[in-house]
Amino acid sequence: MNRGLVSKLPLWVPHPFAKQKGGTIEILGVPPKPPLLGWDSIIRFTTVIALVFLCTPLAFAHPQAGEAKGFLTGIKHPISGLDHVLAMVAVGLWGAQLGSPAVWLLPVAFPMVMAFGGMLGLMGVPLPGIEYGIAASAILLGVAVMFEARPPLAIAAVLVAIFAIFHGHAHGTELPPGQSGLLYSMGFVIATGCLHAVGITIGTVHRWGWGQKFLRLAGAIVAVGGMFFMWRAFAA
Amino acid sequence: MKLTQNQSQIPIYAAVVFAGAMYPLAAEAHLNSTGMGPIYDGLMHFLMSPEDLVPVLALALLSGLRGATYGRRTLFVLPAAWLLGGLLGLAASASNGNAIMSAVWFLLLGGLLAADAKLSLRVTAALACLLGLYHGYLNGAGLGLTFSSAAVLLGLIFAVFVLIALAAAFVVQLRASWARIAVRVAGSWIFASGLLLMGWAVRGVRGRVF
Repeated sequence: MNRGLVSKLPLWVPHPFAKQKGGTIEILGVPPKPPLLGWDSIIRFTTVIALVFLCTPLAFAHPQAGEAKGFLTGIKHPISGLDHVLAMVAVGLWGAQLGSPAVWLLPVAFPMVMAFGGMLGLMGVPLPGIEYGIAASAILLGVAVMFEARPPLAIAAVLVAIFAIFHGHAHGTELPPGQSGLLYSMGFVIATGCLHAVGITIGTVHRWGWGQKFLRLAGAIVAVGGMFFMWRAFAA
Repeated sequence: MKLTQNQSQIPIYAAVVFAGAMYPLAAEAHLNSTGMGPIYDGLMHFLMSPEDLVPVLALALLSGLRGATYGRRTLFVLPAAWLLGGLLGLAASASNGNAIMSAVWFLLLGGLLAADAKLSLRVTAALACLLGLYHGYLNGAGLGLTFSSAAVLLGLIFAVFVLIALAAAFVVQLRASWARIAVRVAGSWIFASGLLLMGWAVRGVRGRVF
């Protein structure tokens, strides 16, 4: 018996050849290889499934109409339009390429200025060429990622902010009737921020050589998508 | 594979749990018989009202960023002011929340949080006091002088207290710079939501602001 082998397994991990000793588990010898699916596994699995089915969630028989729907509509809105998705993910990618502080400054600036654009739209302030602006944002942000452009931080922030106004003006005002404006707005902003986070997360591959090439390729794809939307805006 | 003694008892445990889960209890769907209904009503009203919840969350996060002393001050000033405002509101005639004022709170607290504003302890306490008085008054006025309104107010203040305690304590112990930046990002989202809320309030919506 090899009694000297001490594992760092947490105490809740069951093991047939182990006994608890202080804060650790002592493994008593090398355990035989267990079968792929023994009776004990089947019983445990069945028990867990049975307990899951016994868990009865609340019925919510009397929801306030439209409340949750406003939030969910807001969450879904930014991810339902590819033009929106491309631009926002590109902001995250570009921020990741530029590094700190742009990596958090750009995603912070975008939702705030986007909401300002939405507020302008709600107040009835007209903004000409919205569709062209949105398509141009995807093209220019894609190109910036593709060439790993490194302008001064202020210029990058202003560029992103200008594009954000177009996105906010176009999308921030589309509240379906009967839904909560506040919840819709919160969902819309949170979804936008999460899209930036997706871009930043993808952009973490920038530390590797292959990752830098991958990001440039992603930027090219965003730019091509932007060109498609620009073509469609002209064709409309 | 031979089952050990503990493993062979699993079906027994499962049967006991199954029997317990199958035992029919009264539904208590409307909380009339427990005597806890109004307190839960107040608690849930706060948790389901973003115009109340989000500014409190923003202030709690802001206090947490400044440190434990700020968090403790907010923890006691805000619920106390909320209670005072609520009691004043109970005696007042019914009053509807003003969407523009709600937007102002979103903008103010979200902006301060996003900027990581270095507020003094007095200013933080004053903000907590104003926020508590304003929202407490609105809550109290909405409740009116009914039999259970004091219990509803109690549940509401309990929810405020717990939220501040949890949110501020969570932020106080954050040391990594990225984690503190994430808190500021949340502030920027609150600010952005406030901008859109201001737009809805100025425009007058097809649906509802809240």
